[in-house]
Amino acid sequence: MFSSALLLLPPRSSFLQQRKIKGKVAAKIKTERRESPRSLTHRPTRSSAAMTSISQDADREKMRSVSVDLNNDSSLLIDIPDALCERDKVKFTVHTKTTLNSFQKPEFSVPRQHEDFIWLHDTLVETEEYAGLIIPPAPPKPDFEGPREKMHKLGEGESTMTKEEYAKMKQELEAEYLAVFKKTVQVHEIFLQRLSSHPVFSKDRNFQIFLEYDQDLSVRRKNAKEFFGGFFKNMVKSADEVLISGIKDVDEFFEQEKTFLLDYFSKIKDATAKAEKMTRSHKNVADDYIHISATVSNIGAEDNTALKTHLEKFSELLEKLRKVEGRVASDQELKLTELLRYYMRDIQAAKDLLYRRARALADYENSNKALDKARLKSKDIPQAEENQRQCLQKFDKLSESGKQELTSFKGRRVVAFRKNLIEMAELEIKHAKNSTALLQGCIEMLKVN
Amino acid sequence: DILKKRDSSYCSLDVDTLNSQTVEVIAIAKSVKCRGSILVTHLAHISTVELTLTTPNSRGRKEIIGPTGPLSTTMSTQNSLHMHNSLNKPLEELEEEESGDTFELNIAVTNPEKMGDGMNAYMTYKVSTQTTLPAFHIKTFSVRRRFSDFLGLYEKLSVKHHLMGCIIPPPPQKSVVGMTKVKVGKEDPSSAEFVEKRRAALERYLQRVVAHPALLQDSDVQEFLEREELPRAVNTQALSGSGFLKMINKASDAVNKMTIKMNESDNWFESKLQEVENEEQLLRRLHASVDSLVNHRKEMCINTAMFAKSVAMLGSSEENSALSRALSQLAEVEDKLEQLHQEQAFSDFFILTELLADYVRLLGAVRGCFEQRMKAWQRWQEAQATLQKKREAEAKLLWANKPDKLQQAKEDLTEWEAKVGQCERDFERISSTLRKEVHRFEKEKCRDFKHHIVKYLESLLRSQHRVVKCWEAFLPEAKAIV
Repeated sequence: MFSSALLLLPPRSSFLQQRKIKGKVAAKIKTERRESPRSLTHRPTRSSAAMTSISQDADREKMRSVSVDLNNDSSLLIDIPDALCERDKVKFTVHTKTTLNSFQKPEFSVPRQHEDFIWLHDTLVETEEYAGLIIPPAPPKPDFEGPREKMHKLGEGESTMTKEEYAKMKQELEAEYLAVFKKTVQVHEIFLQRLSSHPVFSKDRNFQIFLEYDQDLSVRRKNAKEFFGGFFKNMVKSADEVLISGIKDVDEFFEQEKTFLLDYFSKIKDATAKAEKMTRSHKNVADDYIHISATVSNIGAEDNTALKTHLEKFSELLEKLRKVEGRVASDQELKLTELLRYYMRDIQAAKDLLYRRARALADYENSNKALDKARLKSKDIPQAEENQRQCLQKFDKLSESGKQELTSFKGRRVVAFRKNLIEMAELEIKHAKNSTALLQGCIEMLKVN
Repeated sequence: DILKKRDSSYCSLDVDTLNSQTVEVIAIAKSVKCRGSILVTHLAHISTVELTLTTPNSRGRKEIIGPTGPLSTTMSTQNSLHMHNSLNKPLEELEEEESGDTFELNIAVTNPEKMGDGMNAYMTYKVSTQTTLPAFHIKTFSVRRRFSDFLGLYEKLSVKHHLMGCIIPPPPQKSVVGMTKVKVGKEDPSSAEFVEKRRAALERYLQRVVAHPALLQDSDVQEFLEREELPRAVNTQALSGSGFLKMINKASDAVNKMTIKMNESDNWFESKLQEVENEEQLLRRLHASVDSLVNHRKEMCINTAMFAKSVAMLGSSEENSALSRALSQLAEVEDKLEQLHQEQAFSDFFILTELLADYVRLLGAVRGCFEQRMKAWQRWQEAQATLQKKREAEAKLLWANKPDKLQQAKEDLTEWEAKVGQCERDFERISSTLRKEVHRFEKEKCRDFKHHIVKYLESLLRSQHRVVKCWEAFLPEAKAIV
């Protein structure tokens, strides 16, 4: 858990200071982390027993105790207890506890940066053996642009507000900053935990290096050639998309999957974008309450009539309400928007699997053609035969593991959606009831006056 | 002779002890049911009628003071002192004397209708009055009025009452853009919103006018409510000759304000003006914040609607049937929420924003009254200065011993002495009226704000209740996913 989270805010303007967030905030993060389950995924089925126990748990009232915990296997436990934010860089402390012999020590920690995670992901993608597996999507880059911009705007508008108003807005923004920070830590952690709980990935050599190597991995920045190479790869990918969407697959299962995934991906991408917008405007409404509350409080301070108490109570109520509204917005963000975002990326990973299979199929077909040509020319027949056999083997392996992966992916997805939707609904109800109670109390008090 | 009648619905006071310049002062005591019954208290030698209103469910007491007509010139300073004393009489004493009669006057502005075509088109509104006041011939009646009629009413009232220090509610503002859209005939929601906004504003305007006892008695107001056809008020057009005249007057007023340095004998006015100015500032700021809230909520509506559509699409392509059903339920929930947000934005606007806008304008009107008082003071000072000059001229003539011119000078002197006296009385009168007016205004504002705050909170409460219901309906669907 977080022993200490050192948060250094980038000194964009004079009013930002370096702060150490310890104690209270750290404790808060600690408890929150214990409560918040790995809400977005759960382990790919290691055993059906895990699945059934989860579905039983799901019927229980207290959803929070259903930890669809990725860290179930005590042979390899990974977490990110600590993280540091320096200017644009976030340094994660990856902590591993293991009973496996393949590691040198039973417990160790290493500092890692975001680029290291990307490196790990890319190497896994490029590994031939894993072509038939869904590779967990890479965590997105930490993006503090939103709160940072808001901070900047706040600094500019400082003169137009009162001290209290300004302090409250700043507090709110710092909370936002912290939320983005926590989210990025969680996303990176989940990436590693999915790898560690997968029977194949957990044994990957690069993964072990990532966890263990105590020197700086000094992942080279992609030089120009590699950058363009990456760009080219993306072009190829979109060509792939055209490729597989055009050709009808012989295998019924894969054909269905392909249609479904392509369609679903575009829909979920759209839904994610709209959810983001919705959550953001919700946050704006909550922020407006701050300004209104502050101004009403000012008016109340100046007022000497019977209106004074009314204004004061109104201002207090608004302050409380906006906190609730803020929570509604952030809970919506976590449960709904994050869910959609994560599964959008996961479905992309599943699509990538399909592309690889399609390419393997294309390779197989090419090898067939080559074999035919070789037979015609009566040259290099054994090589061509060998080639063809290998291609076929590869393709079959891909198909088999692909089928497995995609099936478990389905189940995983449904469970995660269920969990998050239930939690979101419950939270919304809780917050709305809270607001109702606050409002009722205030109205009664005002009517008596 | 002073006729007094307690507990009566009609009372008139004649101050008849004066010379040719006596003016009849008629104070008509009619109660306005908006707040309750009226108390008529008679005060000897004084043509002030103090009216106290109590609410039927004793929600608060208000004191309303009617206007005073132009006072007689021979009113002695003793009388005016007396008047001041009675005004300082504690309000509680007056509030104890209550009358039982209540009279009703309810006003509604409804049914906006477009008349005419193209750029000459205009909207008319139905102004319905329901009253038990004897001054009106029938109990329930309605007329159709257009926006310029309302503005015309304001002009007339300003001219008459402003000099007496009354706070006259300002009408809603002209909007060339809004009206042009309506004229052009676009049937889109924004022009409907504009018409609704204007209708509500006109209603509030009229309700405030009749809530003021002096204005209620005004014949122009009564004519406005009753008469079938009103002569078209032409001097209210923005680009007319009188429009320009007004602008020039406003400019010269502003310059004047900067140059008048008043010798304030009564601190109350100075501190009150400062209070009013501060409050206006704060209300402006609050108005801007609430406006921003309304806009953000509207934005949230749009985004929620888009999201709902998106989720519905997602649900339809979902292969797991239970999840698909849940997702389409989610889309429905979000749709309902969007409607809720829409209604809430509506409430935000009509309950809070418009209230604040009205009061910013009202405070402006209050400031205007203070300015009128300053002008009255200025006139008094000028009259005194002229009088001084005349005295000097007379003295000179006396010394130079020119009997024929002396007569003229003496007459001049008498005239100017009278003028000075008049100005002084005007000033005193406007000061006292202003004081009472401010007092009444504050009480009304207090009540208004209290009422609206509670109303707003109730609207928030209602929407939160519905949010709870929406999500509670969704929860079993989410749990049903397998």
